[in-house]
Amino acid sequence: MSNKRSPWVTLTALFVYVFLYAPVIVLIVFAFNSSRTNIVFEGVVNQGPCGPFYWFCRLAENDDALDAAGNTLIIAVASALIATVIGTMAALALQRYAFPVKRASEAALYIPIVIPEIVMGIGILVFFSALFSAINNTLGLTGDSRLSLGLGTVIVSHVAFSVPFVTLVVRARLHGFDRSLEEAAMDLGANEFTTFRRVTLPIIAPGVLSGGLLAFTLSLDDFIITFFTTGPGSTTLPIYVYGLLRRIVTPEVNALSTIWILTVLVVVFISQRLESRN
Amino acid sequence: MLKRLRESKRLQGTLLITPTLLWMIILLIIPLILTLITSFGRRDPDGNVIYTFTLDNYLRLIGFSETGFDDLYLQIIWRSLVLAFQTTVLVILMAYPLAYFIARAPVKRRNTLLFLVLVPLWTNFVIRIYAWIMILRTQGVLNGLIGWVLGLVGIHFTPLDFYPSQGAVLVGMIYEFLPFMILPIYTSLEKIDGSLFEAAADLGASAVRTFWRVTLPLSAPGMVAGTILVFVPVMGTFIVSDILGGRQVLLVGNLIQRQFLDARNAAFGSAAAILLMALTLVVTLYYTRRFGFGEEIAAA
Repeated sequence: MSNKRSPWVTLTALFVYVFLYAPVIVLIVFAFNSSRTNIVFEGVVNQGPCGPFYWFCRLAENDDALDAAGNTLIIAVASALIATVIGTMAALALQRYAFPVKRASEAALYIPIVIPEIVMGIGILVFFSALFSAINNTLGLTGDSRLSLGLGTVIVSHVAFSVPFVTLVVRARLHGFDRSLEEAAMDLGANEFTTFRRVTLPIIAPGVLSGGLLAFTLSLDDFIITFFTTGPGSTTLPIYVYGLLRRIVTPEVNALSTIWILTVLVVVFISQRLESRN
Repeated sequence: MLKRLRESKRLQGTLLITPTLLWMIILLIIPLILTLITSFGRRDPDGNVIYTFTLDNYLRLIGFSETGFDDLYLQIIWRSLVLAFQTTVLVILMAYPLAYFIARAPVKRRNTLLFLVLVPLWTNFVIRIYAWIMILRTQGVLNGLIGWVLGLVGIHFTPLDFYPSQGAVLVGMIYEFLPFMILPIYTSLEKIDGSLFEAAADLGASAVRTFWRVTLPLSAPGMVAGTILVFVPVMGTFIVSDILGGRQVLLVGNLIQRQFLDARNAAFGSAAAILLMALTLVVTLYYTRRFGFGEEIAAA
């Protein structure tokens, strides 16, 4: 596009950037608030050995918050890994092969994108409650051995809503793929597996990586599906913060969000550097 | 067996799709069918579902209950539709100039500018809502800022109650879903061939005319994709209204959530969910039939 710009466009763009960043800045600034109730900024906290980082140190002692952060990471890593592997397989199938259920599979993969998450969330809740009560009753399970909602149910549900996105991203990468490279490898005597590992995979790797990252971020950010599939002991960070919002949110939550943003920034920065080096 | 697999493309394809397909059947198709079945059921006094076939839940949703006509649920549905519509329009008005600005920036700078749009998204959905409480509440940052500016010119300012309110819900919705409009619009703007602008200019079109006749129509697919990515989640979210609305702004999402957790009436909640899904599907189908979309969603 050409480079002529009207000042109105620039001004609106600037305003939208301010709108996007104001909450982030407020979050970070209030992590240094000296007021525990965190309603009004009453000056920079300076308490104990940690000084202005008082709330960051308090956070280190807050087991609930740390457990929630840990669960969130476990769920995001596990679901992103599974979604990336099976989503890439599905992308290969849909882009390159003809098979009986192709159209039905494509339709099924579009559903999570066009229906509200809450519908999927309560559907999975209804499904697991029916399934678990049937299993528990048939096998006569009692007490702790009863099947119930937990980390496992959250992970498999996160896979279900992120697979379609992984498949879309990987298919887009496969779309511009030059198949003669694979034919050349086969002509030179490589078998299918070697060809896939040495030729196909390296070429689609950026697509697979960004699909995986997308699944990871979708999982980290998810509230609704987690809300309906989580159980005691598998509280994630969004669920934990949601619980706090009804009571008092201390600046510890702001400290946590600050660390969170910085971590994600570093991860994304590193992955971008790796990608540009390749 | 292995030999057959090596020779049959159909078999290979089927094998590759199987894990994903099974996953979608077990965790999407079966749950949706179960929800549909449950929506025709009834609640017993203990809060369990009795599976029968009754349309009572749907009749209650559209206003016909045992006690006569009551438009409570119709109001909730209407409020959700209006809010989703307002959010989508406002998001387009904000996203378009920004996407346009990024698409016209020098190539080297575009990725950085796009990256800046994504950073706030990484703070986590619930925490972003919490940040808006800090800004909008009576003693919050916005009132503080207005009071400070007016104080400079010597005007006394009584802080306003921005939160909780329906306006706060609207702001929260716009904030949560704005990036999902910016990305697809940017993608379709960036694809427009620069020579089209030269052609329009050569033919004597003004910049404004070129925008209305060339740029806007060619970026429509991005807006269509963005509208789906914004409208659908706004229709189904309950947490933004729950928190920024102070439990007073009831949307369809809140209705469903309360039926499942507080009221323990899964049958009625399922009926509301099916109705919500039908509503969004009708809107999306109408929209895609009319305008067509595809790769812009992938790009987002």
